[in-house]
Amino acid sequence: MEEGAAEGVTQEEEFEPLILAICCNWCSYTGADLAGTSRLQYPHNIRIIRVMCSGMVHPNLVIDALSKGADGVLMCGCHPGDCHYLEGNLKAEKRADALFLMLEDLGIEPERYRLEWVSASEGQRFAELMKDFTDTIKSLGPSPYKMY
Amino acid sequence: MTDSVGAVMVVGGGIAGMQSSLDLADSGYRVYLVDKSPSIGGAMAQLDKTFPTNDCAMCIMAPKLVETGRHRNIDLITNSTIDKIEGKAGNFKVTVSKKSRFIDESKCTGCGICTQKCPVEVVDEYNKGLKVRKAIFVKYPQAVPLIFSIDKDYCIGCGNCERLCKAGAIVYSQEPETKVLEVGSIILSPGFDEFDLVQKRKEYGYGRFPNVVSSLELERMLSATGPFGGLVLRPSDGEVVKKIAFVQCVGSRDRSIGNPYCSSVCCMFAIKEAVIAQEHNPGLEATIFFMDMRAFGKEFDDYYVRAEKEHGIRFVKNNRISSIAEDPITNNLLVTFIDKGNLVSEVFDMVALAVGMTAPKDAKDLSEKLGVQLNPYDFCSTDILFSPLETSKPGIFVGGAFGAPKDIPDSVSEASGAAAKASSVIASERGKLVTVKEYPPEKEVSGEEPRIGVFICHCGINIGGVVDVPGVVEYAKTLPNVAYAENNLYTCSQDTQKKIREKIEENNLNRVIVASCTPRTHQPLFQNTCAEAGLNPYLFEMANIRDQCSWVHMHEPAKATQKAKDLVRMVVAKAGLLEPLTRVPIEVKPSGLVIGGGLSGITAAQELSKQGFEAFIVERENELGGLMKRVHYEMVGEKKDVQKKLKELIKNVNSDKKIHVFTNSTVKDISGYIGNFKTTIDQNGEEKEIEHGIVIVATGGMEHKPKEYLYGENDNVMTQLEFEGKLAKKKMDADTVVMIQCVGCRNDERPYCSRVCCTEAVKNALKVKEMNPATSVYVLFKDIRTYGFSEVFYEEAAKNGVKFIRYDDETKPKVADKKGLEVKIWEPFLGEEITIKPDVLVLSAATIPHPDNADLAQMLKVPLSKHKFFLEAHMKLRPVEFATEGIFLCGLAHSPKFFEECVSQASAAVSRAATILSKKTLEAEGMVSSIDEDICSGCGTCVVICPFNAIEKDENGIARVTEVLCKGCGTCAASCPEKAASIKQFTDEQLIAQVVAAVKEVN
Repeated sequence: MEEGAAEGVTQEEEFEPLILAICCNWCSYTGADLAGTSRLQYPHNIRIIRVMCSGMVHPNLVIDALSKGADGVLMCGCHPGDCHYLEGNLKAEKRADALFLMLEDLGIEPERYRLEWVSASEGQRFAELMKDFTDTIKSLGPSPYKMY
Repeated sequence: MTDSVGAVMVVGGGIAGMQSSLDLADSGYRVYLVDKSPSIGGAMAQLDKTFPTNDCAMCIMAPKLVETGRHRNIDLITNSTIDKIEGKAGNFKVTVSKKSRFIDESKCTGCGICTQKCPVEVVDEYNKGLKVRKAIFVKYPQAVPLIFSIDKDYCIGCGNCERLCKAGAIVYSQEPETKVLEVGSIILSPGFDEFDLVQKRKEYGYGRFPNVVSSLELERMLSATGPFGGLVLRPSDGEVVKKIAFVQCVGSRDRSIGNPYCSSVCCMFAIKEAVIAQEHNPGLEATIFFMDMRAFGKEFDDYYVRAEKEHGIRFVKNNRISSIAEDPITNNLLVTFIDKGNLVSEVFDMVALAVGMTAPKDAKDLSEKLGVQLNPYDFCSTDILFSPLETSKPGIFVGGAFGAPKDIPDSVSEASGAAAKASSVIASERGKLVTVKEYPPEKEVSGEEPRIGVFICHCGINIGGVVDVPGVVEYAKTLPNVAYAENNLYTCSQDTQKKIREKIEENNLNRVIVASCTPRTHQPLFQNTCAEAGLNPYLFEMANIRDQCSWVHMHEPAKATQKAKDLVRMVVAKAGLLEPLTRVPIEVKPSGLVIGGGLSGITAAQELSKQGFEAFIVERENELGGLMKRVHYEMVGEKKDVQKKLKELIKNVNSDKKIHVFTNSTVKDISGYIGNFKTTIDQNGEEKEIEHGIVIVATGGMEHKPKEYLYGENDNVMTQLEFEGKLAKKKMDADTVVMIQCVGCRNDERPYCSRVCCTEAVKNALKVKEMNPATSVYVLFKDIRTYGFSEVFYEEAAKNGVKFIRYDDETKPKVADKKGLEVKIWEPFLGEEITIKPDVLVLSAATIPHPDNADLAQMLKVPLSKHKFFLEAHMKLRPVEFATEGIFLCGLAHSPKFFEECVSQASAAVSRAATILSKKTLEAEGMVSSIDEDICSGCGTCVVICPFNAIEKDENGIARVTEVLCKGCGTCAASCPEKAASIKQFTDEQLIAQVVAAVKEVN
């Protein structure tokens, strides 16, 4: 109720970013499910894309997302050592270095991409991360590539 | 020649009966599942949520209900009871009589038009009398089988239903039926009944005071499908409840009414209800009055602590409420209790009584007809040492709450374990009475324009209470390629599966989307439905609008609805690009690796052998036995000498030709996958290689070495196991013994309960008293957690003069050595500190996970829990398997537990494994890597980077994937500089389509 009232009163519309969270099936997506079953509330700005492993995501996908209008991309994988496919998450970590160079070339702030580890039992951490990353993106403002 | 029959009868179709049936049916046996009720599901079907994960009970159970209902090798025989049994193990003849439903089961479609027009309203037992149903009814909306029944006690014979039933299924003159079935073995899982609150505990006013409800009535109130749509309202005036009291142990731990045992589940049940009620009625104040908080299961204590600290639930311990009074004008309730030594009274809007579990009402009847013995409380007697699944009659086994009150995961473990036992009797008959599932030929869809069907789930109010589901349906209809969209109350229910198949047919759909909960639990169900409609199962996608919308944006319905639309749009974009995939057959090696040679490992190996499979036990020590080597006697069971039993077990293992034991050995490396593992064993530095189809992790646990209470400094301070060793050698000569509970656990470092220590302490205290009744024994405890029938021994110990003194974190005992041990403890009843000078101080030390777990977990690629035990695939319904196929767990590797529970779990792991090992071939996942040879430049990056050695270069220098080895991780796809490699079902094109749909609204 309070929120609705606040919405009515606010004059200028607050920036509501669009954020993609790419989650691996085995740990992070399960962590997101646990946030759900535990009813942990987090910002509505997150759209989850399920992949089998953080290591399967080509850097181009992240670049595509950020250059086509997403305000931020959060990649979530298993903690080191927990990867269902041995070391896919570590490959994702290496690719992150390359990704930051590409982002620099494109003039996209590096803070718009983040790689984090979330385990199947970390529903709480998942929700907190979503909050934290959304705050970061809100403070950055809309992506320079935002098309509308 | 053999006259055994390859079929099993399962009596009782609750969660345990369903699990037994599914395991048996999936490993080559015919199953007759007999339930006295018109539909299966048992008590779990009435639950709203389950502890400690707060999973929605119906959500996690629905896939099992549906699978049981439609399994080709399970015959559901509902509305039926056992009449008579003849024969012996291997070949029983069972006479079953079936009450009339007055409905032709083969004709009823479950459409429900009859019930809408039935003029007679009857009290609804499923909703604990809080709602009404009609005289023609199904027990609950997701009921399996979805076939109506006429309640002849109330039917007035108006003929409405007969006139309206288009299927012509009404048969008013239907006669009861009797049939004789031949089976090789029988599993009893009839569950439990509730303690009679009206007759036996009148002082609580149940039945007289409208606002005194039972915990199960409260559960129905919490349910979305219950009487008030999930709100907790006062029956007296319909007001929203703001202050509720939970009164524990009503009908349990109470010899005066004949139930001296503990019902095991009510403490956690109450915490869960308090937490969920608070969620449904914001601002609700909840108080739980209890004697001891029995949060003894895996991660239960974490839940208890969270309920108190985060949810603000008030816990008032050491209180058995003696009576409840009512204000006749307001119908408010007055609860009197002891607070810091004073008697105080407090007013509540509602009181929920934790109703105890009793043996099923027909237990005596069942026992007489089948010839199985009952214990003094009418539960099934399982009186042979470490044989919790065997009844007194060979060939008849028990699973679930009929053996002792227990929760869902323990029931599921036992049910699987009983399935292993029941099938080992008839292992030679495997596969003889089953039919193989056949799917219709797959429709050719490649080249067709996508025609997508979208099915959007209300999930009761789980989704529909927040998200505007009809709005999402309307939106879905506007999306490209969507040919059909609709909403369902429960998309996972059996009738919806039928509907999905019909809609695929009617609308010529070639892609299907379900927007509901998580694909992790529900995708297989819907994929199977697609396959039954002739669609390749990979032409299916899910949007998770419950865990990602309604549950995490509960207070922002508009935003949650918008997000649901976005998620649907994203998967619609992906679904248009889905392609049919084929599964590669894999050969299965009919053998298992058992890691760990304690009681769990020994049991697992023996059960594998009885099923006809080879077993390899790897044990790090120089002999089998594990922790069991340190235990000498038990309180229950016919032959109580544990060491004698262990010697017998080891002898049997060593003489079993199918079991190969490697002592002084460790697992050095495991490679391969379900059906085909290859393991290198290091035995005294020598390497050996074995091949096997499955892995069972039974690595056990350890007794913690305490750092406190002068342990290691004073020789008279010892752990419970060390003390037991001394007692067994009769080396105990003490006038005074003090035991301290919870040493090294239920603290900040290890915030879990070790489950067995209270019973161990009681056992050793009784032994001391038996050896010398004059010895003074003090047990200093936080909560005594002697759950189930162990409670009787706690009572006996107290009667024999063992003194129990409660402490908490602020009043921990203080131990000093002042030329002899001295223990100071606050005595709450005296209200002063007392000093005891024991000759022996026994510490009930924590059971801790084995330190090697971390290495093994990494090798197997399976997770550990936060307390470093192994973490199963699902805490409630998949307690003995990992998410990774073909790998199982049991015993202390899972969490601390008793020997009987280890035996149940080890047998359960084998039962689950048998569903794999009983097949000659399995089908590999279709979701594997594929390399476009026209694009591949032969650079070899993927060959090097593939963690499973699944890619090689062929003679033309082009990369080739060995599909059986590929696990679909996609490392190749993300590394290929030419983008020639991709993972089917997760291609770049599909993922980009999802991203584009996310960032840009079409239309």
